[in-house]
Amino acid sequence: MSTVKESSPDPELAGTGAYTWTGKSRQWFLRHLPPEKLLPEDQPSYVASWAYVFGMGAVAGLIFIIGSGVVLSLNGPQWYHVSSLGHFTNSVHLWSVELFFMFMVVHLWIKFWMAAWRGGRLLTWITGMLAFLVSIVTAFTGYLLQTNFDSQWIAFEAKDALNAVGIGAWFNVANLGQIFMWHIMLLPLAVGAVVALHVVLVRAHGVVPPLDAAATDAQLRDSTAGAQDPEVKPS
Amino acid sequence: MTKVPSTMSWRTGDNIASRPWRGRVRDYDLFKELTIGVVVVGLLVLGLSAIFSSPDDPGVTLKSWAAAAPADFVATATAELGGSSGTAGYGPPYNSTPDASQHLGFFNPQELSGVRLAIDTANDFVINPLKTQSTQLPAVAVWTAATADQQAKWAANYSAALAAAPDGDPAQVAKGSYGPVPALAGALLGMARSGNLDGVLQNSGQPYNLNYTPTILFLGDGSYFPSLAAAAHLTGDQWGVMNETGNTPGQSWLWLFSLFYQIEPFKSSPNADILVVSTMLVLSLLLTLFPFIPGLRSLPRKIPIHRLIWKDYYGQR
Repeated sequence: MSTVKESSPDPELAGTGAYTWTGKSRQWFLRHLPPEKLLPEDQPSYVASWAYVFGMGAVAGLIFIIGSGVVLSLNGPQWYHVSSLGHFTNSVHLWSVELFFMFMVVHLWIKFWMAAWRGGRLLTWITGMLAFLVSIVTAFTGYLLQTNFDSQWIAFEAKDALNAVGIGAWFNVANLGQIFMWHIMLLPLAVGAVVALHVVLVRAHGVVPPLDAAATDAQLRDSTAGAQDPEVKPS
Repeated sequence: MTKVPSTMSWRTGDNIASRPWRGRVRDYDLFKELTIGVVVVGLLVLGLSAIFSSPDDPGVTLKSWAAAAPADFVATATAELGGSSGTAGYGPPYNSTPDASQHLGFFNPQELSGVRLAIDTANDFVINPLKTQSTQLPAVAVWTAATADQQAKWAANYSAALAAAPDGDPAQVAKGSYGPVPALAGALLGMARSGNLDGVLQNSGQPYNLNYTPTILFLGDGSYFPSLAAAAHLTGDQWGVMNETGNTPGQSWLWLFSLFYQIEPFKSSPNADILVVSTMLVLSLLLTLFPFIPGLRSLPRKIPIHRLIWKDYYGQR
């Protein structure tokens, strides 16, 4: 059986190959996120501040959280009580979480003071906030999985807040099976998806320029004269 | 050179924040930065793990509770029998105790969720575990044959007598009308001491069980478990939500959540939990939707921390 391609009824799409859902999606992605935006080799000259390292630091922290978390979950939640390697892996998991949150919170506040939502970057801000909030819930379920005194007490204390808002039966902090499922599957999927979307949006929209930046600013002018920074080059 | 103040709106418009960048650029290597980030953070993580490790204080068992604080165990078992324990009077999702749930005005999600994890403290924590023993205790039959009023009276009498006894010691309780309660509580203490109660209460008759709700609620109804938490600075009034055992940092990002529990009107409200959770939800929503709020979203302009962040840019232009 052969198929015959007919030309698109939409003249704008004629000759582009984009007459299927797949083709139209490809066009959309290429328009919004061309390869040179997704994997750039340069950035606007104002992207030169210590403030930019914290987002990448949080991503690096997340990589260590996922790596150590996979090792811990493959061995089961009680392995780290009886194995020195397990205990060290647990420590790596804990400290990468602490660093992840530290980097993420600093990143969040820096982006707040940059008003980084400007110029169509609303969804970047919202996905960043979502990443922070979902990470808080994920970390909380991790504390409940410690299977030690701390997790027992957190379960006893935290049940009141969850019961008070009516979700205690489905998010039962004393039910290890439920919490294990939340912590190693549903919530990591949510964090991973939101962080991935956030990073893609950052690439698609680019880094927000400084407040009150103007195209006439010397640092921004498309000129080779007066460049002090050897890394800065004309676009 | 005229500077036009940039809009603080999130909308795309004819401004420098919305247009594709056409100014000067600098070299940037995304993968190199990622690699450096992973190496630096990896070294930090491994270093912190090697130096500070992670805490792992062993959990409390009913056996360890019965051995360390038998009087507290007996008093708690009596309260479970008499329906005067924290769990017995909790309300949903464990039971339907009237007026026990928290609410915001007429909005009562705790009540709406219903009794989903039904727990009858007298039967689930005391009588049913005792029934699993090979030798049936006559006191169990006496208890089950009595009316609810009679059961409550016996348990209340014994609770009062335990509270009046030196150190709450069951051996020094004055004589009174306690029915089978002292025998039941004493037998349960024996079961706990032998370690049997941990298994029986936790597995609920099933070979597999991952649900620790009965054990944790029973432990929390006593004084021993909370006293251990207080000694480890983990209770709510000690900002325990953001603490860990030992000196390791805990969930420090929950500082604001924890703060609300320390201040009025939350601190002394019977609806503290739902009030704090609602407040946190509203604040989180506010920060998420911050770009939509005119006036408030101009805060970053009024407090010019961005001048520090882009110090080089502002210095060179």
